[in-house]
Parts: sequence; structure tokens; C-alpha cells
Amino acid sequence: MNARLIWRKSLNVTMLSLTGLCALLTVSALFFILGYLMWNGGKDLSWNFFTRLPAPVGEVGGGMANAIVGSLKLLLLAALIGVPIGLLGGVYLAEFGGRTVPFLVRYTADLLNGVPSIVIGIFAYALVVMPMHHFSTLAGGFALGIMVIPTVLRNTENFLRDVPSSLREGSFALGANKWRMIATVVLPAASRGILTGVLLALARVAGETAPLIFTAFGNRYWSPGWMQPTSSLPVIIYTYATGPYEDWHRQAWAAGLVLLGLVLVTNILVRTFLSGGTSFERS
Amino acid sequence: MNAAFPLMGNSGAASSSAAASKAKVTAEGSTASAPGVGTTLRMKVSKLNFYYGKNHALHSVSLDIATNRVTALIGPSGCGKSTLLRTLNRMHETLRHTRLEGEISLDGVNILTLDVTKLRRLVGMVFQKPNPFPKSIYENVAYGLRINGHKGRLDDAVEKSLRRAALWDEVKDKLQKSAYALSGGQQQRLCIARALAVDPEVLLLDEPCSALDPVNTAKIEELLFELKPSCTLVIVTHNMQQAARVSDSTAFMLNGDLIEFSPTGQMFTTPSDPRTEAYITGRFG
Repeated sequence: MNARLIWRKSLNVTMLSLTGLCALLTVSALFFILGYLMWNGGKDLSWNFFTRLPAPVGEVGGGMANAIVGSLKLLLLAALIGVPIGLLGGVYLAEFGGRTVPFLVRYTADLLNGVPSIVIGIFAYALVVMPMHHFSTLAGGFALGIMVIPTVLRNTENFLRDVPSSLREGSFALGANKWRMIATVVLPAASRGILTGVLLALARVAGETAPLIFTAFGNRYWSPGWMQPTSSLPVIIYTYATGPYEDWHRQAWAAGLVLLGLVLVTNILVRTFLSGGTSFERS
Repeated sequence: MNAAFPLMGNSGAASSSAAASKAKVTAEGSTASAPGVGTTLRMKVSKLNFYYGKNHALHSVSLDIATNRVTALIGPSGCGKSTLLRTLNRMHETLRHTRLEGEISLDGVNILTLDVTKLRRLVGMVFQKPNPFPKSIYENVAYGLRINGHKGRLDDAVEKSLRRAALWDEVKDKLQKSAYALSGGQQQRLCIARALAVDPEVLLLDEPCSALDPVNTAKIEELLFELKPSCTLVIVTHNMQQAARVSDSTAFMLNGDLIEFSPTGQMFTTPSDPRTEAYITGRFG
């Protein structure tokens, strides 16, 4: 009896420590990465890093201004392509669809979400790069845009479904038609949640490298307009980190820090200011 | 009773198709008698059958709704009173797999021939639970005006509606605050103001006090009296005392049938049907 009790208690303590340890490891992974990046990349961050083009091979110094701007341009394109499709598709799923069609769309969206990013890259390569015969910002933005769609779609649908149907009835009862009702009541009520989803989806693809390697490619100079290959933070990290020069390695660390900082700050800001996601009363 | 048909209302409903359906309605008889002498009819329900899929929810219900009177619908849960109320402004159409047979007219016009948007402006609705939009108090009241393309000063219309709903003095200094900052009773009066803003001829109230405490219930009931001269009211209620207090005529429903429809005083003192008597004396329900 007593031995049993000791065994039970020790098992309890063991499991509690084990689960706690794993939880701690999860948290520390992020802080370890962040700390490591700061240690290695922090000292190479300078004003030049944000304003200068990469230095010619062999020369020390230079910056990654073109990669930072390139990444932002790619994300803008991704948002322009992916957000309207995901958003309106989500509205359809939540407000208009019957049973079968939404089920199929939802299922497909989840599968699309699981498609490896390199495959999306090949797809964009075949669809945009091949016909145009050259790499471009457009192709990279297209690839990232496709990756944004399923996340935005499912997120939008979920937040719209959370809007109480009493609000829809209230709008109908005042003579609104369906689209009017959606545009004036349901979308505003879910807007915070939807915006959160959009920003998190963009933050997610900001770090994608694989779909950009053979779409946006890379560029050691500024990329004018949207039809030229462009540099981007993830790809330049890949190039510099695997390159033969010590200076490149240091710059890759710095770029990694900038990229992580960008994503982290977006995440934290979004979660702080848009948290909760809903602006209606829960019953 | 036949003389009780009103002239075409001031609703602007005088279209050519409307005149045609008006002629049809006058021929119909009614199983339920119109209440009171000297009243006119605002709405008339004739032989209404309603189905949710295969579920036959209303059985050939006929009902006359008198102008500027309060008509109460009472009965146990699931008797079809809310269903009947919702057909009056075609809110049932927001649900799938519903079917309606029979005729409902508003000022002599078959509402099924009306544009649903226009119908719902003429026949407003207040729901069981207060459902203000997640917007400011002002925007809640202005909503119906905005979507119906209101011309004129919005501020004046909002103030007028809030005064009619006896809410103006409580909210005039915080019109831009969120509607959720109000108490439940205030929210319900805001919903009434929102419905009144488009100046409906009929206001449907689906158990408007069931989520409210007695003080706020009393306020809403008082409000109904004040609205009566300018608006026809139909109220669904679980609460028989409430029906007795606020209504001029009462319809008792049971399992999708309209059992009895008579002036409220008569209904609660000398009901003609034994089932009505059993219900109002509390033997079931």
C-alpha cells in the first residue's frame, strides 16, 4: 500500500517535470535562436546594412537594402494576389455556400496549405517564369500569394462564422439584402480577426525561401519595376550563408536577425493590438 | 368586418400589381374575428400554411391585425407563434427549406409580391435577445436609414427615433459610444429605436422582454403604449400577464393551430375554447 503510494507520487512528479521541461524547451527554442542571431548578427547591423547595396565580391562591407525592399515588394504582391481571393472565398464559404461545395473548398484549401513550398515554386515557375522567359518580382509575388490564400481563406471563414446570426437577422429585418448585410455588419464585426489572420499569413510567407529561388531568383542590384529578378532576405541569407566568404557569413547572420525581427515585431504588434479578434458581444 | 378594409396606406405601396392582389383578398373569409369595432385592418393573414422541410408548422392560420393596436400571440413553446410572426415580414426566407402557402396582405397588398427590402422597411422587427450591431449608438439607429438611402438630416432622424424609443435622455451625451456600453434593457430599446428609424407601419416584437428584468420589462411595455397611436404592434410573448397588460387582442396558438383569437379582455375572462382556458389558467404550458 505504502509502496504503491510512493510509486504513484513519484510518477506524478516525474511526468509533471517532463511535461514542464518540454514546455520550457519550446519557449527556449525561440529565445535561443533569437539570442544566437543577436550574438552573431547584431554586431554587423549598421546603418549601411539598411541603405547600401551588397558590396562587390571580395570587398568587405556593403548592405542589403535591395533585399529588404525586394522582400517588401514581394509581400505587397503576395497580399494583392492572395488576400482578395482568400477573403472573398472565405466570405463565400461562411455566408453563401451550401454543404457540399464549402466542404470541398475547405478540404482543398487544407491540402493546398500542406503543399510543400518548393512545389508552389515550381508551379509559379511553370506558370509565370516560363512564358515570360525570365525571373521576376511578379513570379515571386505570385508564388507567395498562392501560399497566402488558404490561410486567409480559412481564417476569414472561421471569424465570419463566429459572428452571431442575430446580427445578420437584425440587418435583414431592416431591409438589407445579403451582400449589404455582409458588407455593413458581418465583415466589420469580424474585421479585427480577419486582419490578424492576413498579417500573420504574410509574416509566415515572409521567411519562405524555396518558392523564391526559381521565381524571384536574386539580384545584386536594385530591381526596377516588377518584371526583373529581385533580391529578397530569405534568398540572400541562403546565398550568403553557403558562400565561401567570411564577410558574407556575417552579413547572412545580420539578415537573419532582420528577417526574424520583422516577423516577430509583426506578430507581437498584431497580437497586442488586434487580440481577441472580435468586436461583438459573446453570448 | 368586411367594411374594415383600409384605404391604400401612405406607404407608397400603390403599384399596379398591388391593386390586383388587393381585390383577391377581400373575397377571403376568416376563421378568426377581427377585434373591436371601428378599427381598420393593417395586416391580414389568410389560410396560412407553413412548412420547415416536412414539418408542417402552421395549419391554415387566419388572423386579422388591426391598425394601431397591439396584437399578442401567446401559446406554449413550439406552438408556431414565432414562426407566424416571422412570416409577417418574410424573415422565414433567411432559413433554408421553408415553404409558405396562403396569403398575407399588408394594407391590402399581398406581401409576397412586394420587394422584400421594401416590405421589411414597412414591417420592422425586434428580436428576443437585444442584437445591437457592433457600432456606435448613433450608427445603430442610422443603419436602416443609410441602407435605405435616407434623404434629409440623419441627425434629426436619429434623435427622433431615440426619443420615440424613450432612450434619448439616457444616451444623448454618448451617441458615439459603442452600443455594447448600454445595459440590456437600453440595448433592447436601442433595437426598437433602430427599427423605428425607418418609420415602419408595423413593428413585430418576438418576446422582446424575455432577456430583461422586471424594471426594464415595464419600461418596454410602457413604450408599447406610447407607440400605439403611430404604429401597429404585434408581440409574441411567453408571459400571459404581459399579453393581458399590453395587448388589445390576443391570439392563442397550440401545435400550429390558431385556437382562439379575440379581444384580450374577453380572452382572459371568458375564453370560448376549453384549451385556451386550460392554458391561461396554467393547467399546461
